[in-house]
Amino acid sequence: MNAIHPNRPPGAPERAEVAAGIDIVGLTKRYLTPKHETFTAIRDVTLRVEPGEFCAIVGPTGCGKSTTLAQVSGLERPSAGSVKVHDQLVDGITNGVSYMFQADALFPWKTVLGNVLIGPVLLGTPKKEATLLARDWLRRVGLAGFEDRYPHQLSGGMRKRVAMAAALINNPRILLMDEPFGALDVQTKAIMQNELLQLWEELRPSVLFITHDLDEAVALADKVVIMTSSPGTIKDVFDIDLPRPRGDVQKIRHEERFLELQGQIWESLKDEVTRAYKQSAGVAA
Amino acid sequence: MQEQTQAQAQASELKASARRSMNRRTISVWGGRAILAVIVIGGWQWFTTEGWVDKFFFGQPTEIWNSLVKLFTEGTAFGTIWENLGVTMQEAFMGFALGTLVGVVLGLLLGSNKYLSAVVGPYIRIVNSIPRIVLGSIFIVAFGLGTFPKVLLAAVLVFFVVFFNAFQGVREVDQNLVGNVRVLGASPLQVAIHVTIPSAMTWIIASLHTAFGFAIIGALVAEVLGAQQGIGLIISQAQGTFDPNTVFACMVIISVITLGAEALITLLEHKLLKWRPPNRSEAQAI
Repeated sequence: MNAIHPNRPPGAPERAEVAAGIDIVGLTKRYLTPKHETFTAIRDVTLRVEPGEFCAIVGPTGCGKSTTLAQVSGLERPSAGSVKVHDQLVDGITNGVSYMFQADALFPWKTVLGNVLIGPVLLGTPKKEATLLARDWLRRVGLAGFEDRYPHQLSGGMRKRVAMAAALINNPRILLMDEPFGALDVQTKAIMQNELLQLWEELRPSVLFITHDLDEAVALADKVVIMTSSPGTIKDVFDIDLPRPRGDVQKIRHEERFLELQGQIWESLKDEVTRAYKQSAGVAA
Repeated sequence: MQEQTQAQAQASELKASARRSMNRRTISVWGGRAILAVIVIGGWQWFTTEGWVDKFFFGQPTEIWNSLVKLFTEGTAFGTIWENLGVTMQEAFMGFALGTLVGVVLGLLLGSNKYLSAVVGPYIRIVNSIPRIVLGSIFIVAFGLGTFPKVLLAAVLVFFVVFFNAFQGVREVDQNLVGNVRVLGASPLQVAIHVTIPSAMTWIIASLHTAFGFAIIGALVAEVLGAQQGIGLIISQAQGTFDPNTVFACMVIISVITLGAEALITLLEHKLLKWRPPNRSEAQAI
């Protein structure tokens, strides 16, 4: 492992030694709406992500995908059920997790370098080492020379790369991605997917990847989970047996097995999407 | 080769024409400003000279100038103008510093603590709704004619402006950012240092522009209410002797100081908020 990660922050020796599996059992999350009604975001979600597995969650809007991630990260507490990471019950913030959001959660007041080195600094790594590490990561995501820019001076794709470097610099055991490429244009999205796959192959954290884009899910993941809406539950789980490394996500889209899997999953997803659409349209009318 | 030189010549030609049009714009803007000033001040002078407006009540630009010269050469009954100006500025700056400090600390504290803000919030709104300038009378009675009651009144006025901005600034923090650093293992203190405070800084600094104006108002009003020295005292004295020109002269002095302070705050703003994308209006002004 050390050969692959020569720059692991010394402050976190145990991190990313082993990718951690995620065990979600009977997870339920209810919220109190402002009108004092209870709203069940997800009900009885049970899911296992193997260590080092890339798991994509697909489902219609508002089916509690993000809620599931929040429970895994420990930012929120489940109303019922449990989440175990590496056989340890999640209670408070989970160790060794990185988050990537759709809106790039970058500090607008920090430079690119400052944004990336925040991870090791929060772990107590000395500033000097953190800087070296951050520079190295910026080089890996192809942003060498942009260290002193501010986020607003970068393009959307470049900001995503900064967010990716910031998420991966601590060698997370688990990478939680909430529609990370949702706001990108098609070309940039494909490039970012390839880069993510490459970095993931190197580090092999477990990934929970939320997306609306079925093609994206099939191209990237080992396992695609379909969720239904209101309340969110798991409908189907598909294993994606496309060989690794996957190579170019643009090319894989034309392979027979890809189309076959994509067709199967779409059959399952289609009903949910139409149902969710009708519901929301009904609410709007 | 020839094409290259041609292209270069074209580029420099383009640059030169851009510069010319910019120069023209600058000249026309400053010309417009000068004309506006001449119309307003000249009109004032003309109307009062002709007697259409009574200069006994409304002053006259030349007389104001004479008062200014007199203030700076002969001084006042309470010492030189510099001494008085120094006193007023000291009060305003101290009030500004005190009010800003307390406002920022309380704003950040209440903004990030739901329980505290629920308990204290209504009282702050009540105090905010009372006419605080009246507190000046109480401060003068309680603390005498010295510097302290002026500083206090200035601070009270400044506090609310800064407080509400700091409070709102904390509330507007991007929750994704907070979630992100919490997942990365940040303690509450680290969340405050890395996210909350820098994020609220935009709001706080924006409030400082208004706040400094309030600090001056606080100091001046408190001096008018009762003082031994200061610009406010000169103003109230001039009012007593039906001398609008000296009042206007004091206004001029204070505005110059305020404009200077404003420029300093803008400088600070640019320094602290250099990460912000350039203002659209600034970009258009080029």
